[in-house]
Amino acid sequence: MSDASNPSVDDVANKVDDDALGAFASGVDTTEQFPLQVEGLRKSFGGITAVDGASFEVEAGTLTGLIGPNGAGKSTTFNLITGMLKPDAGTVTFNGEDITGLEPHEIANRGMVRTFQIARELSDMTVLENMMLAPKHQRGEALWRSVTPVLRDDVREQEEELLERVWEVLDFFDIDHIAHEYAGNLSGGQRKLLEMARALLTDPDMLLLDEPFAGVNPTLEKKLLEHVHELREQGYTFLLVEHDMDLIMNNCEHVIVLHQGQVLTEGTPDDIRSNEEVIEAYLGGTV
Amino acid sequence: MSVKEDITARVPGGDTGLIVLVLASAYLLYLLAGIGLGYDLRGQLNSIATLTFYIGVFAMLSLALNLHWGYTGLFNIGIVGFMAVGVYVMALVSKPLYVAGGAAQVGGLGLPLWVGILAGMLAAAILGFVVALPALRLRADYLAIVTIAMSEIVRFSFLSGDLQAFSLMGTRVGFGGGSGLILDFTPPLEALFQAFGLWGVYNGLVDAFRAIVPTNPKPVVDGLIYGLLLLGFVVAFYWLLKRTGESPFGRVLKAIREDEDVANALGKNTDGFKIKSFMLGCALMGLAGILWLMPQGAVTPNFFRPRVTFFVWIALIIGGAGSNTGSVLGGAVFAAVLYQGPRYFQNLVSTVFPNLDSPSGFGQAISPLISSFDPVPFLLYTIDSIRQLQLVVMGLVLIWLMHNRPEGLLGHRKETASVIPLSRPKSMVAADGGADESVRTDGGVDEGDSTVDRESNGGVDDE
Ligand SMILES: Nc1ncnc2c1ncn2[C@@H]1O[C@H](COP(=O)(O)OP(=O)(O)OP(=O)(O)O)[C@@H](O)[C@H]1O
Ligand SMILES: [Mg+2]
Repeated sequence: MSDASNPSVDDVANKVDDDALGAFASGVDTTEQFPLQVEGLRKSFGGITAVDGASFEVEAGTLTGLIGPNGAGKSTTFNLITGMLKPDAGTVTFNGEDITGLEPHEIANRGMVRTFQIARELSDMTVLENMMLAPKHQRGEALWRSVTPVLRDDVREQEEELLERVWEVLDFFDIDHIAHEYAGNLSGGQRKLLEMARALLTDPDMLLLDEPFAGVNPTLEKKLLEHVHELREQGYTFLLVEHDMDLIMNNCEHVIVLHQGQVLTEGTPDDIRSNEEVIEAYLGGTV
Repeated sequence: MSVKEDITARVPGGDTGLIVLVLASAYLLYLLAGIGLGYDLRGQLNSIATLTFYIGVFAMLSLALNLHWGYTGLFNIGIVGFMAVGVYVMALVSKPLYVAGGAAQVGGLGLPLWVGILAGMLAAAILGFVVALPALRLRADYLAIVTIAMSEIVRFSFLSGDLQAFSLMGTRVGFGGGSGLILDFTPPLEALFQAFGLWGVYNGLVDAFRAIVPTNPKPVVDGLIYGLLLLGFVVAFYWLLKRTGESPFGRVLKAIREDEDVANALGKNTDGFKIKSFMLGCALMGLAGILWLMPQGAVTPNFFRPRVTFFVWIALIIGGAGSNTGSVLGGAVFAAVLYQGPRYFQNLVSTVFPNLDSPSGFGQAISPLISSFDPVPFLLYTIDSIRQLQLVVMGLVLIWLMHNRPEGLLGHRKETASVIPLSRPKSMVAADGGADESVRTDGGVDEGDSTVDRESNGGVDDE
């Protein structure tokens, strides 16, 4: 599954079925039910312990929120999960496989892709080049195939397919009118959109979104959220960092609260809303 | 967007037109200088051949460096080391077997020239791999330190007595040490034309040249044909690197240059791509080194000083990193103006004013300027030492470029990293009424709400 560059609708449907069946068969099928499992994750930078033994699981086919005050360690947790940073301790399991310490590209190729809090567009490449970069396992990524006369036709064929898909996504994200613009010239919100669109083009099973809506206009935010829900219904899994509590409460099935690098509490939005510790953490109480 | 950009954009024929224009003006200038210098036809032809030679080598080297720096962001300041390894390995493989008492102190393996060339390129690529493997994983500046150190180590190794002569496969071979190595294989043009059975035709051509160059026309014809051959190689380099850049492979390279972490997070094995790009560029630098030195008859390690590396960098910066067309242009401009230009200028001045006595020292040059505001001796002195001042002139040009055109002559015109043009496919009707997508819209133009509902999957599922 993680290797297929084009997950068929059937695959996705199976994934949902399995999850529904396995929902109460605890212990037997946990990796099916919880594709992402984080266990005792720890990371210090000099004196600061940014992530301090965080453990949580993300259920398949859900939109799970990861919240916490500034500096709680949310972005660092993302970095640890996706291999951008190596943890001091702890394990990360994805689809039943221990992926702790793997390279970011190895993790991305297993179907888990992240976006960055501060959008990292490839400035001197156009929006289109940014997007065309993303799809995995492109034939033309092999140098010899790209330069050899006859073989290059295969590459061209795939480029044509990719280009159509890219334009569809550009239309959807409403950034088609800036398609030929250099990414470095985009506005902050447009960069965020580009970043998310690019991540989706890799065909991930699971997406880690670090404040994807910061600076995106409300109409588009609503549309993107609808899209996220559609994908979620098809079996995609999302882990979402977001400071907008209303957005989290209205859209996530499950919420994990991180505070000072540890999981303070987790549960449904209603659980969280009624949990005083959380309110305290957000209102500046010292825990 | 400045006015200057329009100058290069207004040349008819686009970038090709610009290259043709630059080459034509360079040749014209050289011919005029030749007339000024009183060259006969032979002199003019030789001058053209030399110019073509340097345009060829610098365009090739600049193209190879563009793959490293312009495309992948790899800061290679050891170019000359890869050239040296290419040349020396080629010599080792292709020099004839050692004969005691012959002119050459050491022999080679006696294999055909093309085998030697391939071996030289391979050696340069392997050296690139060895250098890159530890350094590529670190940040960009480490690669710079490692490459320049490597190029000096290579030079000192070839200088050392230990490698002067040794035994390989039972025959006496070696690199000749500081006294140099005689390149006593079949001259490259002869080998080339013989391989295609055209040596007789070539000799016919040489004979035909007697009509315009009566005495000993062979060196003249050799020079011209070799220049043409180099231009052919420039075209081949350009073709290869253009295809490399305009492909998914090149797209990943560009992404690495922009932000390696992003490329990695999108599932690209960036180390692998960097190593491939580095090795390819090194092999091409090795080949360029071979083509530069192959017809020279001999090679000494001290030819491979770091300044050659910096020449190539200047050529690339003039042309504009990131653009293959710019690299060729930069190579040509560098060769014609900065590399060959000063000595022509000096010759020209001393021919036109043969009786001028330039002062013999800096003191004599500067004192009239201070005592009687007479600048002439100082000017003469400057012109006289222009070859020594070549590097200063290059530095000034670089500073001027950095201030006025930091992206180089053509660097602003980025080549799109894809096999096909990326405009909206014809099969797709534009959501907002099919505006002409091949026309670049410069953003900010709100063409109405282009929400597409047929697009329920956002294209993520791909059919
Ligand atoms: N590379 C780093 N070097 C040193 N300290 C770091 C580094 N990255 C993060 N930190 C520290 O780790 C802590 C957690 O940072 P992190 O970015 O994970 O917080 P966050 O929860 O994402 O906050 P925000 O909501 O503001 O984005 C902070 O105190 C931060 O200063
Ligand atoms: Mg953060």
